Amino acid sequence: MPAVSKGDGMRGLAVFISDIRNCKSKEAEIKRINKELANIRSKFKGDKALDGYSKKKYVCKLLFIFLLGHDIDFGHMEAVNLLSSNRYTEKQIGYLFISVLVNSSSELIRLINNAVKNDLGSRNPAFTGLALHCIANVGSREMAEAFAGEIPKILVAGDAMDSVKQSAALCLLRLYRTSPDLVPMGDWTSRVVHLLNDQHLGVVTAAASLITTLAQKNPEEFKTSVSLAVSRLSRIVTSASTDLQDYTYYFVPAPWLSVKLLRLLQCYPPPEDPAVRGRLTECLETILNKAQEPPKSKKVQHSNAKNAVLFEAISLIIHHDSEPNLLVRACNQLGQFLQHRETNLRYLALESMCALASSEFSHEAVKTHIETVISALKTERDVSVRQRAVDLLYAMCDRSNAQQIVAEMLSYLETADYSIREEIVLKVAILAEKYAVDYTWYVDTILNLIRIAGDYVSEEVWYRVIQIVINRDDVQGYAAKTVFEALQAPACHENLVKVGGYILGEFGNLIAGDPRSSPLTQFHLLHSKFHLCSVPTRALLLSTYIKFVNLFPEVKGTIQDVLRSDSQLKNADVELQQRAVEYLRLSTVASTDILATVLEEMPPFPERESSILAKLKKKKGPSTVTDLEEAKRERSADVNGGPEPAPSSTSAASTPSPSADLLGLGAAPPVPTGPPPSAGGLLVDVFSDSPSAVAPLAPGSEDNFARFVCKNNGVLFENQLLQIGLKSEFRQNLGRMFIFYGNKTSTQFLSFTPTLICSDDLQANLSLQTKPVDPTVDGGAQVQQAVNIECVSDFTEAPVLNIQFRYGGTFQNVSVKLPITLNKFFQPTEMASQDFFQRWKQLSNPQQEVQNIFKAKHPMDTEITKAKIIGFGSALLEEVDPNPANFVGAGIIHTKTTQIGCLLRLEPNLQAQMYRLTLRTSRETVSQRLCELLSEQF
Amino acid sequence: MQFMLLFSRQGKLRLQKWYVPLSDKEKKKITRELVQTVLARKPKMCSFLEWRDLKIVYKRYASLYFCCAIEDQDNELITLEIIHRYVELLDKYFGSVCELDIIFNFEKAYFILDEFLLGGEVQETSKKNVLKAIEQADLLQEKTEHVSHSKSFVGCKKAY
Repeated sequence: MPAVSKGDGMRGLAVFISDIRNCKSKEAEIKRINKELANIRSKFKGDKALDGYSKKKYVCKLLFIFLLGHDIDFGHMEAVNLLSSNRYTEKQIGYLFISVLVNSSSELIRLINNAVKNDLGSRNPAFTGLALHCIANVGSREMAEAFAGEIPKILVAGDAMDSVKQSAALCLLRLYRTSPDLVPMGDWTSRVVHLLNDQHLGVVTAAASLITTLAQKNPEEFKTSVSLAVSRLSRIVTSASTDLQDYTYYFVPAPWLSVKLLRLLQCYPPPEDPAVRGRLTECLETILNKAQEPPKSKKVQHSNAKNAVLFEAISLIIHHDSEPNLLVRACNQLGQFLQHRETNLRYLALESMCALASSEFSHEAVKTHIETVISALKTERDVSVRQRAVDLLYAMCDRSNAQQIVAEMLSYLETADYSIREEIVLKVAILAEKYAVDYTWYVDTILNLIRIAGDYVSEEVWYRVIQIVINRDDVQGYAAKTVFEALQAPACHENLVKVGGYILGEFGNLIAGDPRSSPLTQFHLLHSKFHLCSVPTRALLLSTYIKFVNLFPEVKGTIQDVLRSDSQLKNADVELQQRAVEYLRLSTVASTDILATVLEEMPPFPERESSILAKLKKKKGPSTVTDLEEAKRERSADVNGGPEPAPSSTSAASTPSPSADLLGLGAAPPVPTGPPPSAGGLLVDVFSDSPSAVAPLAPGSEDNFARFVCKNNGVLFENQLLQIGLKSEFRQNLGRMFIFYGNKTSTQFLSFTPTLICSDDLQANLSLQTKPVDPTVDGGAQVQQAVNIECVSDFTEAPVLNIQFRYGGTFQNVSVKLPITLNKFFQPTEMASQDFFQRWKQLSNPQQEVQNIFKAKHPMDTEITKAKIIGFGSALLEEVDPNPANFVGAGIIHTKTTQIGCLLRLEPNLQAQMYRLTLRTSRETVSQRLCELLSEQF
Repeated sequence: MQFMLLFSRQGKLRLQKWYVPLSDKEKKKITRELVQTVLARKPKMCSFLEWRDLKIVYKRYASLYFCCAIEDQDNELITLEIIHRYVELLDKYFGSVCELDIIFNFEKAYFILDEFLLGGEVQETSKKNVLKAIEQADLLQEKTEHVSHSKSFVGCKKAY
């Protein structure tokens, strides 16, 4: 019996655990476990009622077996039985089993909830505590449904024990995280805030976490927590190390609580009240001062706790970004840590400095540490620390140090760990472009990137270098010369062959005067790589060859021989074969003029005004966006345009003429003019931190929108990542819509921000209210958002729902039209034939009637048509129209300001497959809009 | 905090506590990956690493690794001290704790953790208060079996 067992010993359990540990092999262990499982099963099934102790012991054994990694499919009932035991330890084991093994099998949940309920109301605080722990550990939706209303009461009850309050606070926090909709805000919230004043530091510690989470979602409601947190923090940081007794940790007063309070303050901007603000600044200064004091203990726990508070204080200083003095002090402090002997501190200093680099107040101060950071990149032995150094170099880079930083990153790349190479490549590519003054430097840098880490250079990077070379004629000759030289290396990366092939095909003539790079030499050099390349690269090279035919008539014969060879003309790959055949033919039949036209130099990539750029300019003002950045943004919009953003010809993009394909990569689709939303992760986008532009509407958005005109529930949008579902109901001029966002992937979405966008016009007529949703959406999870709708006056446009989030490293931006349409505020009106026609006549002003004659888009089925008219919201009036084939309807549109009576008549013409739709209402705009909406439905 | 794992140098999981809902399959996958990653790291390396969207904070005590996963905005150093405080609590309760104590009294290790952390947040940092809660619970039981203190094991305490 090797182990001590304190409290209650379970001898049988200890023996079993010993047995398992003595097993020599996995098989023996499984055998022993199966034997035990059989034994327990027979005990549970046996006639003899088990006493509490035995039950506890067997449940505990099952738990042990489960924790070893084996499946357990029985014993749940026995565990639930233990919950109602009067003995604490039996109850405790029952709860432990439930919290480790519970799955939402329905009938058990009811039993568990019953037991939990009993214990919650128990007079024994130890039992209440167990029940709270159980709710917090399981945290399921069922638990939230049963207890979310109860726990706030326990939390703020005057007579609750401190330990119960602590558990209740964190229990509520857990429920709020899983099911925020089930935790109603109410009177209790203001009392919870005052727990920050509680005498018991444990209660304050637990409450601080709860308040922070609640304040993130409901900042207005918890605003008063700011001043309370500041005064609490102030008392802690100024207290002597012995004042707080057991809450002092290695001479640091209440470090956990301090960190939590500082975190809470990061939910808010700097306090407006000058007194509070002054007090907070004092606290932060005190914390910074303490960092300079000699340590009170040599133990690492002392310095860790002290620095934990310091780093959190620095986070708050960065968050406020308003006190230059504090920012610079923070930067100096971190500078000291950069050379600390503790690896942990160096790591955190690098991480924290990244954030400081983006503040205008401290950017320069951060830059002074460049040499230290570069040396960290070279000397740190831990890759995670080096990674932080790369991040910091990237963050501190600007025009003044770009050449140095890019050079250092390039040299680091030669030995960098494989895991971080691609990221470094992207960073180098972005910095080189962003800060290039001299484009020869840019070209050199990218070619170096390909040479050093060709496998990690993604397509976007080499597309980009080609775009830049094509758009800047001052660098073309240099680029041609440089790629030509680079291609002479005996082994060069395929990406280099691509760049080289493309650039020589366009600008090979600029270096052809030099006999060392004569046309024939260029061709032979490229063709020597041909056989080692993959199909797409070969396809690109064939295009280069045909371009050569135009540039250098003297090599035409050589190239035709190559194209004519069996390995090309009869190539098994259809793309290559087709190119060979077509190019050969083209070079034979076309006159020089035609060749010159077809194979003309690529036009510059257009600096067209993309919707994203326009938005950006509007937001920031045109003068703040420099040309280079514009080009960059432009590019990012452009690249995001297609799944395969090949540098294909932008002219004739929509017609599949041969010239469009000629220089593309065959498989690449034409680049659409606007970026569809679900673009892959690319260059600039990957790193831009505040993507604020709204994507244009997703393809199909209009169709989906139309589908919702006559119905209220369904799927509005779906791509590979995200599904958006709707459920809505309307009554008179009010409505409520639930939007469900489903994460279809197994990865979390971060910074998930749906926004409703209404034009000013629309805003005046339609009022929408909603609350922000949780910014993280777990893989496979669904979050919902409720929108309260009020129709103030009649309206025509529809709101746009824009969703932005991060998935993996990439930023996603989706926009869809939200189907809130005027007809949703219809109330059907039944009326007899006579009434109908009387009103019909009353509405006979020409502007009251709108008529549309249109072709049927769907089969003309009477029943479906009826259903659509009812779905549209009006009453379907039978036996009103003298012609039974016609449909008539009537209803009232409710808005806040007025009610508008509407009559409609739909006359199908089966022979012509046409409809005539007539709407008469008292308001022209309403007739117009309803007619538009309904016409789309048939 | 999203979860805490305790595992041995041999990669055997000794305690797992999850504060976010995950399927058993995911839990196993995460555990496998993380144990591998952490065990592969060398002694003097830094105690923090980025892993998926999370930050991992770990520390080794004798033969056991304590490993916490926290979110982006959470504080690494204070998490390191959460680990240490938990070790201190175990140590105080078991009287110089070792891996075997946690194997044979795994349920106690869970109970102590629940008093200290709840829902992934620190509930009570006072060592006295946490242990008082646990000891009161021990007293609540009717009969205490007397078990001899024959701790035959091991030179595994040090380092904190």
